[in-house]
Parts: sequence; C-alpha cells; structure tokens
Amino acid sequence: MADVHSVDAGELTALREAVRDLCDREVRQQDVRRVMATPEGHDPATWRRLAADLGVLGLAVDEEHGGAGSGLATLCVVAEELGRALLPAPLLGTVALAAPALQLTGDPYGDLPLLLAGDLLATVVAQDGLGRWAPDDVTTAATREGDAVLLSGTSPHVVDAAGAGLLLVAARLEGQVELYAVDPAGPGCRVVPQSTMDLTRRQATVVLEAAPARPLGEAGPALDRVGDVAVVVLCAGLVGVAQRLLDLSVEHARTRFQFGRPIGAFQGVKHRCADMLVAVETARSTVAHAAEVADAGGPGLALAASLAAVTTKEAAVQVAKQAVQVHGGLGFTWEHPAHLYLKRAVGDAALLGTPAWHRERLARLVLDDPAALPGPDAVPAGAEAADLVGADAPELAGSRA
Amino acid sequence: MTTAVQAPGAEEVAARARSVVDEVDPRRAPRREFLGACFDAGLAWVHFPVGRGGLGASPALQGVANRVLQGAGGPDPFSLNPMGYGMAGPTLMGHGSPALQERHLRPLYTAQELWCQLFSEPGAGSDLAGLATRAERSGDEWVVSGQKVWTSLAHRARWALLLARTDPDQPKHRGLTYFVLDMQDPGVEVRPLRQLTGDAEFNEVYLTGARIPDSARLGDVGQGWRVAMTTLMNERSAIGGGPALPGAGALGAALALWRSRPELRTPVLRDRLAGLYARSEAVRLTGQRLRGTGRGGDPGPEGSLGKLVNAELNQELYAFCTDLLGPEGTLYDTYEPGEQERDRPLQRAFLRSRANTIEGGTSEVLRNVLAERVLGLPGDPRDDRTVPWREVPRG
Repeated sequence: MADVHSVDAGELTALREAVRDLCDREVRQQDVRRVMATPEGHDPATWRRLAADLGVLGLAVDEEHGGAGSGLATLCVVAEELGRALLPAPLLGTVALAAPALQLTGDPYGDLPLLLAGDLLATVVAQDGLGRWAPDDVTTAATREGDAVLLSGTSPHVVDAAGAGLLLVAARLEGQVELYAVDPAGPGCRVVPQSTMDLTRRQATVVLEAAPARPLGEAGPALDRVGDVAVVVLCAGLVGVAQRLLDLSVEHARTRFQFGRPIGAFQGVKHRCADMLVAVETARSTVAHAAEVADAGGPGLALAASLAAVTTKEAAVQVAKQAVQVHGGLGFTWEHPAHLYLKRAVGDAALLGTPAWHRERLARLVLDDPAALPGPDAVPAGAEAADLVGADAPELAGSRA
Repeated sequence: MTTAVQAPGAEEVAARARSVVDEVDPRRAPRREFLGACFDAGLAWVHFPVGRGGLGASPALQGVANRVLQGAGGPDPFSLNPMGYGMAGPTLMGHGSPALQERHLRPLYTAQELWCQLFSEPGAGSDLAGLATRAERSGDEWVVSGQKVWTSLAHRARWALLLARTDPDQPKHRGLTYFVLDMQDPGVEVRPLRQLTGDAEFNEVYLTGARIPDSARLGDVGQGWRVAMTTLMNERSAIGGGPALPGAGALGAALALWRSRPELRTPVLRDRLAGLYARSEAVRLTGQRLRGTGRGGDPGPEGSLGKLVNAELNQELYAFCTDLLGPEGTLYDTYEPGEQERDRPLQRAFLRSRANTIEGGTSEVLRNVLAERVLGLPGDPRDDRTVPWREVPRG
C-alpha cells in the first residue's frame, strides 16, 4: 500500500465532521437502542448512507480496486467517530476485515465493488474452534472433491457473520492455510447468531459441513496483515469509545454537586479523570502510529498493531470502568449510556486477539529475539532529533519536594 | 510587525545548520565557539527572534536544526546547562528586558555561564506560591533574605532564577516578584544537600541580604507568579519529553538487563516487561505527537502528561530491574558521596527514581493540572487564595 494518497489535515477534519454530523443526525442514543434490538443489529439505511452519501467504505482500499486510496489513517478517523457514537454497523467485518482480505487476494471474483457500494456485507472467518483469532492456527479443514473444494469446521465468535452475504474463510488444505469464499446461503453453511454482552456488535457461530468454496489463494502473510489492519480499525473505534466516556465523565464531574461542590473538585474524582485522559491520549498515539506504519507499507506492522492493541484495549476497558465509577449510581442504570460503552469496550477487547494475546506477541517480537530489540532504526519518519533533548532530564532537573 | 517576510521553513533551517557545521566543525572546534556560531545563526531556539539566538521560525523546526547540529557531533545544549537552556532561556525571552536578553542568552546557550533555579523552599514545595523568601526594595536595589532548597547545580551556577515575596500583605500569588540573581553575591551561601541515594545532586541555598539591581527584575513587581509559570511549563515539558529513541532511558536499561541476564528470566517477569515496554512506547509516541502543539512554542499543560507518565514508568522500570536481579538487587556500592567507581547503577537508579514522582511537580499536582487545565474540572478547595499571605497558617 505504498501508493497511499497524502490526505491533509483539513480534509481529515472535514471527513471527521461529516461522519460526526451523520452520527449526530442518525444515531442518537435512542436509535442505538432501537437498532441494537433489531434482528439485523444495524440499520441498513445508515449503512447505505455511509457507503453512498459519504463514500467512506473504500477509503483504505486502493484505487485500482475501486477505493479512494486514502490509507488506513483516514479510515481510522471514520472508525473513531462511529465508535464515539456507538453506531451499530458491520464496519469491522465488511470494511476492516473483508475489504483488505479481498484486496490482498486480488479480488478474483469481483466482490469488492459490491462491498464498497454497500450492497454486500462480508466478514473473515479465521477463528479457531474456541473463537480465538488465530490466523496461524485455523481449524477449518478443506478437502478436494473432484474440481470442488469443500470446507468443514465450526468457528464461533465471528464478527458480523449474521447478515453477511459473503464469508472469507481461512481453511487448511493439505497442511497449507488458504483463503476461500463461501456463500452463507449455500449448502452446508449455517450461521448461528450468538447472544453477546455487547448488543451493538453482533457475533455468530459459522458452521461449515462440506460447504462448497471458491479458492482465493494462499492465506498466510496476507491474513496476518488483514488481522493487523483490522485490529487497528477496531482500536480506532475504541479511542472514540474512550474519548466519549471521558467527555461524559468530565461533564458529570463538573455538574454533579455533593458536599456543596462539583464532585470534580475532589481529588478522588479529579485524579480518576486525569488518568482517563492519559489512557485516551496514549491509546490515540499508538493507533495513529500503527496506521502510519501500515500506510508506509514497510515492516513493523505486527509490532505496531500489537502495541496499539495492548494499549488501546486496556485503555478503553479501564476508562469504561472509571466512567461507571465517576457516574456513581447513575452509571449503573440501564438508562444511562455508560454501560453500552463499557460493553463495547469489553467486547472489542476480546476480538481479533485479546490484550494477553497481543502482549504475548509483543514479548515474542521484542524480548525473545535479542536481535529484534528495537534500535534507532525503529524511529518513525518525522521523529525529531529535538526529542532527544531531556532524555536524562529527571536526573538533573530541580525539584520541589 | 508589518513585514511580509515569511518565517523560515524546514529547508532554510536545515541549510543554515549545515552551513554552521561546514564553517565550524563541532568535532574540532572548542565547544563554546561552535555553540556561539549556532547562536549567531539563529539555531539556539529557532522560534526566538533574530538576534536572540533564533529565526522567528516554528518551534517544531528546532528538531530539524538539532538533527543536523548534533548529527555532526555537536553537543546537546540542554544537557550542558539544563536550567539555563530549558528554563532560563524561554523565561528571559518571554519576560526579560532587551538588556537582560542581550546580556544573558548567548553565554547561557554556550554554557559559558550555568544557571540554577531558586524556587522551592523548606516551607513551599507543591504550594510554591506560598514561599517566604523576602525581597525588599532599597533604592535601585532589592535586598533578599531566605532559604531555598532542592537547587541542582547551585554550586556551579553563575546565575539563578529567583522567585521571592515582595508584598506579604497581598494574597500569595500577587505578592511575588521574579529576579535574576548573581550567585557570586556575598549574601549567597550554597550547601550540598545529601539525598537518600547517598549522593548530593542538590543544594540548599541560604540568602542573607543578597543584593539584586532592579534592572535584573523579570516582569513587573507583584507579577512573579505569571513569569514563574513560563519557567515551570518549560521545566515539565523538558522533563516530560522522556527518551525519544526506543531503547533509551529506563526502558533501555531494563531491556539491556533482560538481554544480558538470560539465567534470571521467568515467564512472570517476561509478561511484566512486555507490559512496561508497551506503556513506554505509548508514552514516547504521545510525546512525539503532542510536542509543539502548544502555541508560540510555549509548552502547554500537555507537557504535564508526559512528565506524569514517565515518572511513574521510570520507577516501575527500575523496580523491575531490581526485582529481576533478586537478591543481587539489594546490593549497593556505597552511600558515600563522591565520584567512586560504581558497579551497581540499577540499584542506585531504583533509589533515585523515588524522586521522579516528586521533582518538577508531584504526580498529585500534575493530575490536578491535567484535570483542571486540560479537562476543565473545577479547582481544589483552597483556603488561602484571597487572604493576605501574612495571615495564611504555615507549618
């Protein structure tokens, strides 16, 4: 993806405002609650507007595949705004997972244009039997039967599978992991919705019993990249979730009076809010960095993506817990939105690799192989030498004990 | 300013830096000569005006200059004169008279004259505005008496940034005035202050009738707090930057230890270090992202975020090191101050890091700063804001 268009700050701001405007108009909180209770779990009309009116579904897809070629960093702006509004939409399955998977395999059957137009929903199935994201360890089996390939296996916790018109399934054929396209309405395929804690993001169990499949090619490295790109989009949404929770908490701490003062005047509350700010800002930095690394197309995406995943997933869950606490009894009610965001944070933290999974991968990349310890080469382009100033400052600076 | 001349961009800053390096080789020329050439070329603080060590450029371009200058072997002016370069420079630029700027900026930048900061007192730590050192007017001079503490480099500094009380009948923030003090004045006595590591990095400074000309005042009488804010924001920002390169600073020490002592590795420690690695990288990236977002080169309260997180991370990283070392982590070279050979820097760093969450603003104060100045939460309950300083209970 070296041919990412440069998108300037003004365009990003305009995009952010357009998406926020759509969210403000279309997904007010009562709409979130209405939509999350529908069988689809999202509003198809809103999805069509995101596709047609705003044209945001193909932001990170190359122009030769019908996208805008604007890069992952731009798509992350959209994801952050949708997360902030808690919009129930199949963005993760269709845009974050399926679109890059189809682009990386060359889209041999021409599905990508339908996806970007909002006419086809899709997702990637690369879970193991326990529903863990495991691109290197998929348990779905592929067998040849004459000219046909048939897939068998059960994969729970597949995001946005219910309602998808196309499943991109990683399966093992003679020891090799390959990617296949499966029609969920076809023979041998059942998609069983699961009842999830987070009502704004649907998961389902995909049961394949000798389901006919169209081959898309070898999956290995492409699937790793798809997982890394998708988790960055997921994390961008979590930054939006955490920012919104921080905003709600600060507003409450400023306006809720106890003991004759706003509760935000008390350090017990105020310092919680400061810690939430630190969590949100550090998470935002790791997501921006990972998107930059992805768009630059060089190596290091696995490290950057796992850094973003560890930081952002933990930050979002932490911020959500703090937000409920800052809101006191109100935060425990069904009526207040805090619980919807808490559940989104908890749900998303477990998708596409738990924080523990990403931490393990970080440890492998950074600690187990001494040669891989990051050196000066790991400094991202644009890092200023001025950043060196102050490296030893704590040893020298004056103190006010 | 009505001039339509454009502020110099990255290209011009880099070109100027290259021409300095071409004319004065930092690897051969005396340090002072090289730094003097940098100052004269406007590369000391690129966002300062021309003639004051700057070019009127964006502060974000300092990095462009530093990369060329330090890349060619030039010294880091901050580490040579931290209080001078990091704090006195911006404070003089923001609030000093032209004569003070003319007199001090160049020798400060070349480290010909070191600076220290006389702010904290035994009775004024976090509550700096409650300080008691008195400056009384006597003709064209001020006569200063009181005690300052936690002053690094006081024994080597030629000049000091001094905050003193000029009107005890005003509420505490309004009765302060800011001065440049000559450390060679006979009324100045410096005593080393021994700390829990055994070292004496800091000093106590006793002021007994020290005299300061009124021309060495920064800002108006009674406006010292406003001037001090400039100094403090620059201090936190300088400390909060943390290491820019992965593998530097406390994280670098922990990774190096992990690499060199495979026999001490356990899965629990591995998990812990992975978490510390992630947090360190996240805060390093945050420092890069937020740097230069303040207006006009003035670091905003964002600097407090980096300072807060880096201080706590430093402590956890050195605690990780001593935990990994196990019983060996409890050994210590010597508590005798001085320059003895030291083989156990990690143990010393562990003890030294206890100060990180106290110096340059305690973590408690910094969380207040973030909550109040960034998030807009109401201030702490305070009883001393409106009463004359003289009447505030102390102890």
